[in-house]
Amino acid sequence: MKTWLKIAVSVWLTGIIIAGIAFPMVKVPQTWYEFPFIPGLEEKARNIIFHVPISWATVVAFAMSMIYGIIYLRKKDIDYDLRSVSSASLGLLLCILATVTGAIWAKFNWGSFWNWDPRQTSIFILLLIYGAYFVLRSAIDEEERRATLSSVYSIIAGVTVPFFIFVMPRIMSGLHPGSLGDEQGKGPVLEFKMAPNMLMVFFASLIGFTVLYFWMYSLKVRQMRIERHVQQITETH
Amino acid sequence: MMIISTSYHIFVKEFVSEFRTRYALNALLMFVVTTLSIILFSIGQESPSIDVLSGTLWIVIFFSAMSGLSRTFVAEEERGTSLTLRLLVNASSVYIGKLVYNFALILVLSVIIAVSYVLFITEFTVKTFEIFWLTILLGSAGLASASTILAAIIAKANTKGTLFPVLAFPILLPLLLTCINATKLATEGAFLVEAVKEFQILISFTVVMIATSFLVFDFVWKD
Repeated sequence: MKTWLKIAVSVWLTGIIIAGIAFPMVKVPQTWYEFPFIPGLEEKARNIIFHVPISWATVVAFAMSMIYGIIYLRKKDIDYDLRSVSSASLGLLLCILATVTGAIWAKFNWGSFWNWDPRQTSIFILLLIYGAYFVLRSAIDEEERRATLSSVYSIIAGVTVPFFIFVMPRIMSGLHPGSLGDEQGKGPVLEFKMAPNMLMVFFASLIGFTVLYFWMYSLKVRQMRIERHVQQITETH
Repeated sequence: MMIISTSYHIFVKEFVSEFRTRYALNALLMFVVTTLSIILFSIGQESPSIDVLSGTLWIVIFFSAMSGLSRTFVAEEERGTSLTLRLLVNASSVYIGKLVYNFALILVLSVIIAVSYVLFITEFTVKTFEIFWLTILLGSAGLASASTILAAIIAKANTKGTLFPVLAFPILLPLLLTCINATKLATEGAFLVEAVKEFQILISFTVVMIATSFLVFDFVWKD
């Protein structure tokens, strides 16, 4: 990744964190830096700037892992497997972060840390899938076989994702917007009803976290390549 | 059609080799008897809610599927017959043959489980039998569709026994939750039309799983 991009994303995300935490919430916003105060959500609404982009980055990481798995199966080049597993390990980290930020928000808005809302169930299953993926990898010694089988598993797991995102929230009643029984937003993609300035910070955060993911990903891939190289050298000597 | 006849022969081979020993079937029947009696013991004089009971029914079905369905591929690796099979027939026929065999096995098992569940647990009353049996049928198809490819994966791994439920649970969870929902509808006496949504999910899950497995099975089998 280019140095200017690294500096840019650092500044960008610092700005978003400051905006997300420090911008005042008032009943009637007057200036560009004032967020509207929504009864019921109150100051807790700030979490949307962090929780949703992290969840989004989790999905991006999972999709990248699956795509590199497919490319590995086609090309049989072990480097694609390194990319796939790097993305999956970052995805696990982001998934835990999304679960924790979501659980804290749930505690203060809905009353308990966990209430098996469809989306909470989905993120829990995603955690299980990542866990199973790494368990499977640790159960196979041979490098190429491990790469092939874990790629296949990530594809099989990947095709069940639409069932969680689109199907489950429709048949189970839930607390997230877009669930069954929610009159205002029916559908997996919410209608954005945020104030324009908040929406801008939100989308900026979405971009910022995505770029941050790619930065971390490129670091992780390089680390994995070096580790593999060192391992090969120690094995031959 | 080459593929149909070879798949049929794979199916027959599975069936014959199973009936030579009846190992899987006997072990599975004992498993069902054991789990059902544990449930009966733990219920005792209590009358648990119908929601809990429809959940436990699918727990029993899930874990008996987990202990039975992995055998088709693991046995091939253990006996060292997978190489011969790879030489003789193409991967797709092996997949289809084993999928059909797994489906038949799990269907027989879940029917046995469901019948004994309805007979022995008196609190569990099914009011709409059409929904109940359709759920059993489609649920078995879904279980077989996902477990066949996963069984092929774990047959190549080192720790075979424990890995299977770990890999299968997150993938089968949407199926199981839908099955539990449909079973609840059956016990509440809903009309068949009300469960259409659940059946659509079960069918689409099965179709998606079979199509994907069919595409990637080659990589697992030839590895």
